[in-house]
Amino acid sequence: MSARERLAGGTANFIDERTGAAKWMKKTLTKVFPDHWSFMLGEIVMYSFVILLLSGTFLTFWFDPSMKEVEYEGSYEPLSGVKMSAAYASTLNISFDVRGGLLMRQIHHWAALIFMAAMVIHMMRVFFTGAFRKPRELNWIIGVALLTLGIVEGFLGYSLPDDLLSGTGIRIAEAIIQAIPVVGSYLAYFVFGGAFPGEVFIQRIYTVHILLIPGIMLALITAHLMLVWYQKHTQYPGPGRTEKNVVGYPLMPVYMAKAGGFFFIVFGVTAFLGAVASINPIWIFGPYNPGQIGAGSQPDWYMGWLDGLVRLAPPIETHAFGYTISWNILIPGLIVPGIIFTLLAFYPFIEQWMTGDKREHHILDRPRNNPNRTAIGAMSLTFTLVALINGGNDLIATHFDLSINQIMWFSRIGIIILPPLAFVITKRICLSLQRADRELVLHGRETGRLVMLPHGEFIEVHEPLSPQKAYLLTHHEQNPPLALTNEDAQGVANPQGIKGRVRSRMSRAAQEQITKPTAKEVLEIEEGHH
Amino acid sequence: MMNNENSGAIEKLSDPGLPEHIHRKTDVDPRAAKKAERQVSILFALSAFGTLLFIYSYIWIPEDTFIFLPITGTTNAHQLFLGLGLAMALFFIGMGAVHWAKTLMPDHEVVDYRKEQRSKDEDRAALVATVKEGAANAGLGRRPLIKRTMGLALGLVGLSPLLLLRDLGPLPENELNETNWKAGTRLVTDPGDRPIRPSDLEVGGVAQVQPAFPQGKVRHLDDIAKDSVLLIRIRPEEFNLDAERLSWTYQGIIAFSKICSHMGCAVALYEQTTKHLLCPCHQSTFDVTRAAKVIFGPAARPLPQLPITVDSEGYLVAQAPFNEAVGPSFWERDS
Repeated sequence: MSARERLAGGTANFIDERTGAAKWMKKTLTKVFPDHWSFMLGEIVMYSFVILLLSGTFLTFWFDPSMKEVEYEGSYEPLSGVKMSAAYASTLNISFDVRGGLLMRQIHHWAALIFMAAMVIHMMRVFFTGAFRKPRELNWIIGVALLTLGIVEGFLGYSLPDDLLSGTGIRIAEAIIQAIPVVGSYLAYFVFGGAFPGEVFIQRIYTVHILLIPGIMLALITAHLMLVWYQKHTQYPGPGRTEKNVVGYPLMPVYMAKAGGFFFIVFGVTAFLGAVASINPIWIFGPYNPGQIGAGSQPDWYMGWLDGLVRLAPPIETHAFGYTISWNILIPGLIVPGIIFTLLAFYPFIEQWMTGDKREHHILDRPRNNPNRTAIGAMSLTFTLVALINGGNDLIATHFDLSINQIMWFSRIGIIILPPLAFVITKRICLSLQRADRELVLHGRETGRLVMLPHGEFIEVHEPLSPQKAYLLTHHEQNPPLALTNEDAQGVANPQGIKGRVRSRMSRAAQEQITKPTAKEVLEIEEGHH
Repeated sequence: MMNNENSGAIEKLSDPGLPEHIHRKTDVDPRAAKKAERQVSILFALSAFGTLLFIYSYIWIPEDTFIFLPITGTTNAHQLFLGLGLAMALFFIGMGAVHWAKTLMPDHEVVDYRKEQRSKDEDRAALVATVKEGAANAGLGRRPLIKRTMGLALGLVGLSPLLLLRDLGPLPENELNETNWKAGTRLVTDPGDRPIRPSDLEVGGVAQVQPAFPQGKVRHLDDIAKDSVLLIRIRPEEFNLDAERLSWTYQGIIAFSKICSHMGCAVALYEQTTKHLLCPCHQSTFDVTRAAKVIFGPAARPLPQLPITVDSEGYLVAQAPFNEAVGPSFWERDS
């Protein structure tokens, strides 16, 4: 035994005799992970969260979360002698007088954008493949909570420098709080310690941004990963993959190397962006002043769709009995986002209710094989996209020489018409793809080779599919819709009432499919060919 | 009852099972494996080079060195090479590890088996029995007095943190309805704090003004957030106002609160030809000639108008305070 082996053995023995970790470690190191590029999306989220913690900690060493008025004396000359908050001055200091400070600020901001983007794309992957189905509904809800917290966290983060752009964002947030019926002005005064902007909100959102929300997110991410670990990963369909097994590579060594390596790749790419791509150049905006504003005020992209909703809201306000309700703020600012996030969180249960399917699922769906769900996803994305486009209507107007009125009216009409249209089109596309799959299984692949038969007829040679491919295209379930009982045993008509009828209608929509080929059909075709 | 009918009606194609393992070149050819080993080492060496570049930039590139790059323009070389060094150092560690895993580590797929998440019936029954027994031993059911007082105590203890949050801020009182504008307050330029005569503003001109403060009173951002006023001068005959509103203007000069009636942004964009004021935040558009009537966008109310006139020395002053609250709406707003 070499000295190194003796040392390792001694350490392992020390730990195991005190924790009994050997048994658990043995199982853990051989844990199997299925391989697919789309499983890396969640990893990107986790790694950018780690990057955010690291770069954020660095920034706290110099950032001064105070609204105390100071005169700028740093090395950025255009602002020399300008009065500003200590928060803004210290952000300038990080950008110009701390070596690597600007790099870290930019890495932090880029990592936040990547974090949010990867989270949304990861969520889309989970949605369109049905990975949220039983037993993973709880993890879906944790994911929705993380997305919501991420939006708030990002907003508070870019508000900290107290520049003209971010201060405008805070002003809008204040207006939303102030618009809440009955308690709005009280809440606003509590949050801001008095009238807007006051002198305390930077230090308050600082505590929330660096301690409260990251702490909650860290706890939720831990729970999210523990559930993934415990429930084992889902896998894509294919030969040899069943609901009862999981096929992939063991943690040690392949996944350790791949996942560990991938962390460094994500960090490297973020550092590259931070090095070459300027982001949030707060020194251009100047310090916040509620009497001033920059043209083309834009939030970060994950807030953009909310801002877009606010922009397209109709100008409605109710005055009655000496009180005011601002529907133009409440509907786009609180009510619609509230409904959206609630539906998002409960979607797994909504789908269960529609299909009546309460079984466990570990094999992922190909999106085309669940046309209804895929169409619902496309519909929701279209809604958000129209809102996002409207959030940038001023920039689009100036870049493409359109009038803001044109874009606003496009969005106002589009947000009502386009999502249902996206639903119908997506569903049709899915059904067509199913039809194509059916063709492929029954008639094989078109080779493009034309053959002239003895009697002069031309035919194209079709190559039969491999059994693996044929299995992949036909393995999925196709369930009939829930049957609606028209009469119960006593002859009472429609015993389930309106709820039953709605459910039955939804179930029929959810189960609309092109019938997949059966083994018998395939056999008949094959015999016919020979 | 609603039920899925048996879905076994459709006969499935049989599962051909896991495809056969195909050996990689590095598995069978020692020369290919050796090559892969060299590639991995080169990637790790590149990472080391990245760290050296990072250290070099930190120490030897002065912080005020600027270079010109094609797309980004003039760039700070210190920050750029620091970042590029760090990016290389990190990225190539990752690439090395992944390349190593893909070429040289085993690529045999392994099968593991799942178990249903649901516990066995007997375990569930045992748990229920344990909980029931525990509750019975604690005597929760038999001692209602304890149960009720405990509920009361737990319910009340949650109140204290809520109460402690009360001092986060003062009560709004009537503050949201008030500004620093009073009858006779002079309009002063922002920035500059100089009083203005009508002749200082040409037709077509715009100026941002604040109320003059008595000597010694400091203007805070809180004041600017409610007092900011936009002064616009057009030809008097272009106004389309009722007699009262017209009397609030002076020789074609009209004054509006600059704080948007929608969400409080500064309504800063004035288009001289159309005489429209546009809020850059949500594009609410106000018609100056019609007392800032909303002609487009989400704002539901015109910008409040400040009645102005001139004092005995010929400087512009407020005739009266705003007759309504400025800024975004709130529940108690009464107008």
